[in-house]
Amino acid sequence: MIEAEAPRDLDRARLVTLFRVMVAIRRFEELALEAAREGLVTGAIHPSIGQEAVAAGVCLELRREDYLLSTHRGHGHSLAKGADPFAMAAELMGRKGGTANGKGGSMHIADFSVGMLGANGVVAANIGIAAGAAHAVRLSGEDRVVCCIFGDGAVNRGPFLEGLNWAAIHRLPVLFVCEDNGFAATTRTRALTAGPGPLARARALGIDGLEVDGNDALAVSEATRALLAEIRGGNGPRFLHAKTYRLCGHTQADAGTYRSAEEVEEQRKRCPIARARALLRGAGLDERALSALEEEARAPIEAAFAAARAAPWPEPELAFTDVQDFGAEAPTRTPESAPWRR
Amino acid sequence: MAQMSYLEAGRLALAEEMRRDPRVWALGEDLGRGGVFGQYRGLQEEFGPERIVDAPISEAAIMAVAVGAAMAGTRPVVEMRFSDFALCAVDELVNQAAKARYMFGGQCRVPLVVREPIGMWRSSAAQHSQSLEAWYVHIPGLVVLAPSTPADNRALLKAAIRCDDPVVYLEHKNLWPLRGEVPDAEEVAEIGRARRLRFGEDLTIVSWSATVHAAADAAEALAEEGISVDLLDLRSLWPWDREAVLESVARTGRLLVAHEAVRVAGFGAEVAATVAEELGVPVARLGAPRVPVPYSPPLEAELHVRPEAIAAAARRLLERRATPCDPQRR
Ligand SMILES: Cc1ncc(C[n+]2csc(CCOP(=O)(O)OP(=O)(O)O)c2C)c(N)n1
Repeated sequence: MIEAEAPRDLDRARLVTLFRVMVAIRRFEELALEAAREGLVTGAIHPSIGQEAVAAGVCLELRREDYLLSTHRGHGHSLAKGADPFAMAAELMGRKGGTANGKGGSMHIADFSVGMLGANGVVAANIGIAAGAAHAVRLSGEDRVVCCIFGDGAVNRGPFLEGLNWAAIHRLPVLFVCEDNGFAATTRTRALTAGPGPLARARALGIDGLEVDGNDALAVSEATRALLAEIRGGNGPRFLHAKTYRLCGHTQADAGTYRSAEEVEEQRKRCPIARARALLRGAGLDERALSALEEEARAPIEAAFAAARAAPWPEPELAFTDVQDFGAEAPTRTPESAPWRR
Repeated sequence: MAQMSYLEAGRLALAEEMRRDPRVWALGEDLGRGGVFGQYRGLQEEFGPERIVDAPISEAAIMAVAVGAAMAGTRPVVEMRFSDFALCAVDELVNQAAKARYMFGGQCRVPLVVREPIGMWRSSAAQHSQSLEAWYVHIPGLVVLAPSTPADNRALLKAAIRCDDPVVYLEHKNLWPLRGEVPDAEEVAEIGRARRLRFGEDLTIVSWSATVHAAADAAEALAEEGISVDLLDLRSLWPWDREAVLESVARTGRLLVAHEAVRVAGFGAEVAATVAEELGVPVARLGAPRVPVPYSPPLEAELHVRPEAIAAAARRLLERRATPCDPQRR
């Protein structure tokens, strides 16, 4: 097999790390979908199966103190930035101990302790917020980069223009990443988007960048590293356009009738995890070593889901906390109101 | 005590807070030349263009940048130029600023202030005249303040900047030149406290922002007729001073709320409903009719809540019988 022949200068250590993180992300989403089928994930989730190379390739290049802002399809980004898989799994199931004690769910996962400033349920909204976080970094004289990941659908909303413009005029340390899976929800983005594409739009604002095969983890990682070096050098924002493909549904409820099974099968051959695995095989890792790597990557995720399934519900009073300091309302439950049962 | 205008008092508050706390900065259109009304005049000279930031005409970016910068540890003061333009940044304020603390489980705060000049002023017409405080009060997570005097504009803006949650700060354009006493000592208002302008026993009038002054004129006229008005300026719309209002109406037995905003679903409805629920006394509301704000002065005048209208509504309210079934009522 051609892909099994590893190039001589392959950065094997880096690929091993990318592979492990991608396997962990995949496992996380398989288990999230399983929990959803059992009715344990009550809200919508947007899995990123097939897109793991973008999450791993980009986020593993970030330092812990760097900020990351993500999307509704952000499980992989969060995990790769170092968010706690138990807290994430518990959040999906609305449990105590979740990243927000069950107040946010999948679309509002955040882990400020690792610089993950939040997924967002509003497409493109994080682009301007990322520019603001970078503005604060500038004002405070801190040494951090802000990374903002968004989908190809986001480039048609105003914040794309407004946020990129702001970052460009202030030469802020932001890496904008367009994670292009070809679809805006269930419609092909190319039918909805004028012009030669996201990178051209960024360049029109003076933000340079790279286009990369988003299913090639090493290539994503390489491109991210190069762009981050430029950003850390004080050159202002940069843009990465990573082309990938979503192998799963838009949400757990999406049967994907807007594309053919053949198309998906064809794309499955480009699965980033399978590709990385084949490369590692070619670089001398045998089947046993690879299986061991996979086991190691999956085990903490499986433990996280097992613990999350057993986690308690949040106390109902938590619905009333963290609203605001002034004028927060007190719990309104009365004895007559039906208590929530498990 | 120094005499200064409402506009100058706001400028003083921002300058004082910026001197006190290096994390405070301001962003908005044309701030370098003092802002459209001059409420930022001289500040860029003192604090530099890094802390008084000239923004592109990009309200969504201005608000989003403030949200991100607040989440990342600074305390931005956003200038929206006219409150009407803040509607270009509703997602950023309502879905992001107001929600981040809650939906991320308390992992962050969003300490930003959004200054929004409101109200009818010099034939500004439909897109430069609105008072939308009721929309903001409706959003959990937001604090909503509406000063009516120079002293309050200083003390409330300082409180807003020190607040750890997002504050919508509504300054009435007609009040910019209003002069008044401002204490020499730095005063930081207590958020959520109403101010009593006048003690009275026959009815309670509750108002805020520019309409407070019309209500004060009405109370003066009513006093000459022997009607004594307990007049409260809410100042803070969320949280609002329920205790002060309920205490007052429990004494007077009648409530009139007067505001400039459209009457239908205005914040006066909330105040009146609360009082009716708690005390069961006659209530009345005055506000603008539900039409867009017109340009021509005689047309615009149709919308104003004037002192005469407030006094007339007060007299009508006094003609209504107090609810007989409540023994607490006189
Ligand atoms: C402003 C806004 N409009 C619509 C939606 C509903 N919505 C959720 S995900 C999505 C598709 C977004 O496409 P893209 O940005 O390409 O990301 P992808 O889902 O493909 O990862 C849409 C339309 C939303 N969340 N926010």
